[in-house]
Amino acid sequence: MKKLINEPDAVVDEMLEGMVAAHPGLRRLEGTEVVVRADAPVEGKVGIVTGGGSGHEPTHAGYIGDGMLDGAAAGEVFTSPTADQLSEMIQACDGGEGVFCVVKNYEGDVMNFETAIEMAEMEADTDVEYVVVDDDVAVEDSLYTSGRRGVAGTIFVHKVAGAMAHRGADLAEIERVAEKANDRVGTMGTALTSCVTPEKGEPTFDLGEDEIELGIGIHGEPGTERTEVMSADEITDHLAEAVLEDLDPAEGAEVATIVNGMGGTPLMELYVVNRRLQELLEDRGLETWNARVGDYMTSLDMMGCSITVLELDDELKELLAAPAETPGLTVTEG
Amino acid sequence: MDRETQAEAIREATAAMADRMAAEKSALTELDSAIGDADHGANMNRGFQAALERLEDADDDPAELVKTVGVALVSEVGGAAGPLYGGSLMKASGEFEDGITAESSVAFAERYLETLEERGKASVGDKTMVDAVTPAVHTYRKAIEVDDSDPLEALGKAVDAAERGVAFTTPIRAKKGRASYLGWRSVGHQDPGATSTLYLLEELLAVAEEYLNGDVEVDAEADVDPEELEEPALEDGADGGP
Repeated sequence: MKKLINEPDAVVDEMLEGMVAAHPGLRRLEGTEVVVRADAPVEGKVGIVTGGGSGHEPTHAGYIGDGMLDGAAAGEVFTSPTADQLSEMIQACDGGEGVFCVVKNYEGDVMNFETAIEMAEMEADTDVEYVVVDDDVAVEDSLYTSGRRGVAGTIFVHKVAGAMAHRGADLAEIERVAEKANDRVGTMGTALTSCVTPEKGEPTFDLGEDEIELGIGIHGEPGTERTEVMSADEITDHLAEAVLEDLDPAEGAEVATIVNGMGGTPLMELYVVNRRLQELLEDRGLETWNARVGDYMTSLDMMGCSITVLELDDELKELLAAPAETPGLTVTEG
Repeated sequence: MDRETQAEAIREATAAMADRMAAEKSALTELDSAIGDADHGANMNRGFQAALERLEDADDDPAELVKTVGVALVSEVGGAAGPLYGGSLMKASGEFEDGITAESSVAFAERYLETLEERGKASVGDKTMVDAVTPAVHTYRKAIEVDDSDPLEALGKAVDAAERGVAFTTPIRAKKGRASYLGWRSVGHQDPGATSTLYLLEELLAVAEEYLNGDVEVDAEADVDPEELEEPALEDGADGGP
């Protein structure tokens, strides 16, 4: 398999180096795989941080910037960062008001974050709260997870937590809106092809030429069913209906959506999916306030997509509309 | 036993554990390749080597030493075993703030188990290290508090109990950790985490025997309190035990 890599072991380190070189607003904590805002810690503001395995770019460090994250820790590919690095990140992002962690629901991530929080509390007396995002409606108790997985809906949680912190809210308020966003968001994905990890150099799972996996996770972990390849509209209907069934939004509700590419999907195809998604939402009497299309949380080079729907209320809408400037997501005034 | 001797015992126990992890690296990896991702032996070996290195610069304070080992494991073992072993040691190390005594070793052992269960969200019967730690901790406490055993004897019983706990993991189905993804296919395989726990406890016991049987010269002027004598065992237990 052809790859633009040097040594598999060096991929994460070299990626972070290149990322920081591209974005002057980012800074790497020396001797770690942690990236923070260049001006971290921001005095008087709760720090918003996240972390997880690499291979999901622009997640995680790509959402660092004004109005979103203050720091992100990168683990090895598809592997949780270690608790000592997470703890360093937490301490580096504490501007005196404490730190809020956005954790995706994977056993390794949750355990390492919980340990890191204890370390930060012990070493620096940092106030820390966290949310565990579990937006994937496809499966309970999958590979790597007890309960539902945390996937692309996490982007919305980053955004509302980041905007809330930017406003000067305290830890409890940030936790409240983050939990609210997590309660109101659902995601489901599909894979057309397997991803290829740098270490292994070959497909993580076998998927036939004319097969797709529905309910796929972001590490190539199995979903709910394997079916024959379907049209874009059929796939979109399948994913969106599963999400809406789980979410059960109120009649006439406003929603924000993400059609997220898994890393190897042409943008053209994502727009085709979005077209059908918006038709379907309209048919259901839902009103899309904002529709995002692009690579937000990828799975290396996997072809496929996920569909995320967030049921809005006034507060969430305001927080999503608040300005943000990061490598992976920018929202401008008005 | 004075603090310096306690510290020495902790260092020695850590070294013995590191040697054992190096020796069992392949065996643990083999167990893990049957029901996990085949890295437990290498990860534990790397973690304990790092712990040894970090202990070189650490102060001779029992709580600090145990915590240092915990942080090293958290940083270097990775996966779930890092936070489970390392995080539990870090948390439990606080019980040794006033040194190692029979009493503080019981508190240490219980705190270790509690943290392990909480962090791993696992209970007895899930086919995890909890299955080795729980019988060891319960047996240790009972031996000290009910049977009035001395700490060395209590630790010996605890190791026996852990061994039975490890054996118990073989015929049961995994409900937590990576092995749980195998469902019924996990039956018939011994749990690697429970196994490494037993190995560490065995090393703890061996070092405790050395210290508590008086094979090591202890400064006669140190305020030797029979309770403190129990400490090394306990403290070591902290490292490897739970």
